[in-house]
Amino acid sequence: MTISTSDKPFLTRVKESENDHFMQQSVAKAQDAQWDKRTAAREELGNWEQWRDLGEQIRQHVIKYLPDYLEQFSDNVEKKGGHVFFAQTDEQAVNYIKKIAKEKKAHRIVKSKSMVTTEINLDKALLSLPETSLMETDLAEFILQEDNWDEPTHIVFPTLHKNRDQIQKVFNKLGYSGSNDPEEMAKFARKYLREYFMQADLGITGCNFAIADNGMINLVTNEGNADLTMAIPKTQIVVMGMERIVPSLKEAEVLDNMLSRSAVGQKLTSYCSFSGPQVSGESDGPTDFHVVILDNGRSNALGTDFEPVLQCIRCGACLNVCPIYRHIGGHGYGSIYPGPIGAVLSPVLDGYEKFGDLPFASSLCAACTETCPVRIPLHQLLIKHRKVMMDKLKMDHSFNNVLMKGAGVATSSPILFKIALEGAHMGSAPLSKSKETSVDNLFNYGHIEKAPSLASGWTDVRDLARPPKHSDDFRSWYKKHKKEQQEGASHD
Amino acid sequence: MKVAIFSTCVVDLLFPNVGQAMVEVLERLGCETSLPTNQVCCGQPTYNSGYHKESNKVFYNEIDALLSTDADYIVGPAGSCVAMLRQYPHILKDNPDYSKKAQELADKSYEFSQFVYNILGVVDAGAQLNAVATYHRSCHMTRLLGEKTAPFALLDNVKDLKMVPLPHLENCCGFGGTFSVKEPEISKQMVDEKVDSIISTGAQVLISADASCLMNIGGRFSRRNENIKIMHIAEVLNHNVDASRIRYKNQPTTV
Repeated sequence: MTISTSDKPFLTRVKESENDHFMQQSVAKAQDAQWDKRTAAREELGNWEQWRDLGEQIRQHVIKYLPDYLEQFSDNVEKKGGHVFFAQTDEQAVNYIKKIAKEKKAHRIVKSKSMVTTEINLDKALLSLPETSLMETDLAEFILQEDNWDEPTHIVFPTLHKNRDQIQKVFNKLGYSGSNDPEEMAKFARKYLREYFMQADLGITGCNFAIADNGMINLVTNEGNADLTMAIPKTQIVVMGMERIVPSLKEAEVLDNMLSRSAVGQKLTSYCSFSGPQVSGESDGPTDFHVVILDNGRSNALGTDFEPVLQCIRCGACLNVCPIYRHIGGHGYGSIYPGPIGAVLSPVLDGYEKFGDLPFASSLCAACTETCPVRIPLHQLLIKHRKVMMDKLKMDHSFNNVLMKGAGVATSSPILFKIALEGAHMGSAPLSKSKETSVDNLFNYGHIEKAPSLASGWTDVRDLARPPKHSDDFRSWYKKHKKEQQEGASHD
Repeated sequence: MKVAIFSTCVVDLLFPNVGQAMVEVLERLGCETSLPTNQVCCGQPTYNSGYHKESNKVFYNEIDALLSTDADYIVGPAGSCVAMLRQYPHILKDNPDYSKKAQELADKSYEFSQFVYNILGVVDAGAQLNAVATYHRSCHMTRLLGEKTAPFALLDNVKDLKMVPLPHLENCCGFGGTFSVKEPEISKQMVDEKVDSIISTGAQVLISADASCLMNIGGRFSRRNENIKIMHIAEVLNHNVDASRIRYKNQPTTV
């Protein structure tokens, strides 16, 4: 399993992101631009909340009947002369694909963007074959490849962390001598890739949706490279997560519509194709067609609280609204699946040992849940992960764990709370400063600049209001207030 | 109309001014208030941290306490805490003792400005405040409670108050309950962006309907030694009130 993009501890990654001002600025800029585009595209469609209901229903239905739909899809691919391979693990998937590449004596492999192939680390496995070259043909993935296989930081915009000057430098190594103008650089990449395409003998694509009732593969892209990957090489391998299925073209149409608007704020992407093996009468397309359907931990979610994560259509909208992603970026998560969906999915696929930090790295603001086109309750699933780690696996053995359990006792006991209210002001005396503050009406009873234990996380960043004396607190005021009211009433 | 005050642990512990303003506004608008003394906390600190076994007792206590009066409504000064009460029926749906009570509690619980605007039908609380202010929209109030209108509508009618829009209104301030103490490294960056946004508006006063967000943002303002006045929306609606100006929805303006 290689969804991990870093061996560094979570906090180190967060610190590195904090110092990467360029990354933070480009993520913020992209989030802001996408906010406007996505909102406009959804408003233009109208009735967005009803569309979300429909999207959720379709995805939930598919997950509920997943084995049936997978069987139907597989039968239909085979009817058209294609082959289907079910891979339980990444290793099985990689071995199958290597076997095909060897059998076909493939020397020039073209790939279009696919998170699943990144998940199974397919590129490096194929490059280990003798006399084999491989080219990522999605522009962003191409840049990452040529930049010494840099890791992607976004599931839709893999090079979000790079600017045009950095890309120009990458291209210079390939003989590019032009400016840092994006259009000029894209033209260079197009020509470079086109030459490679013409002699490719094996094409590998991902899959946005697999259509169960006709065995077709639906690809949604903006560059057309996926279509070339499907059209030119005589052998094609599609790699898909096992949940990436829809019953028929009707449901694909609904989801493509929602995917394009959610992912890139477009009505529809430039290319939206449905294809499969070459059938008689056609002049292009693969004559040898394989579909690899991958589990790789996905079935861990089936029948559990985490099943809704399989509804995901990989639009990346949750990354684009996430205030945590805005600051720590893709590399901060240390998974090829970053952002809210990554914080939910990564522990499901690869366990809490590696990704247990991610569900805690959220303020639970629910921006992700609000934007998700298929209504995955992302922030609630983050809480569920926390529950598994704390209640079930008892993973926290620190003093904080004791404190949190204590907080549970204290906040369920009116008597203990009363004692806290009575003693809070005096108890905080040794910590309090009488120093002036620039803030009016928040620190009416003083403030604390350095608190111990759990609260130190608070005062590392901000001042803490000091509790009032018990006689000045809200409950005491209310008691006096009621008494005055009653006295007033009895005088009347 | 009888209203039980859901004071919230943050207001009980730290901000009497907020609770006091809320009670005064509600009573001015004709509510008869009570304060259930056994209430403690809505349970978010433990529940959202994953301590669900411990949280159940917190929920039971809060439900029993808040339903202990004969009030028609339960009103609190925090969108986030009220949103939590509204989630009780979902969390406790399989609990034979508490599922019904949880539903009863959720059905009559409202955040303060939501109650004033939607239930009491007030559009102008009669308040006056001579200031330039901006409003921080809390995530839970907006997204979990679903209240996007009430505070803006009420603030619009405060006399002499100039409201300036806050850029990136949609972004979280970085509070997130225990998140703010467990992940200070990330929380700091979020609250800094929020502080910068607020400063960019030129506002003298920051208003919100969630005392916890204000405690976070104001605490960072103080640490950065930047000037701001913090006001809960109840304090604004309780400021310099001229009761003759109080106006209800669908009521013609009298001159």
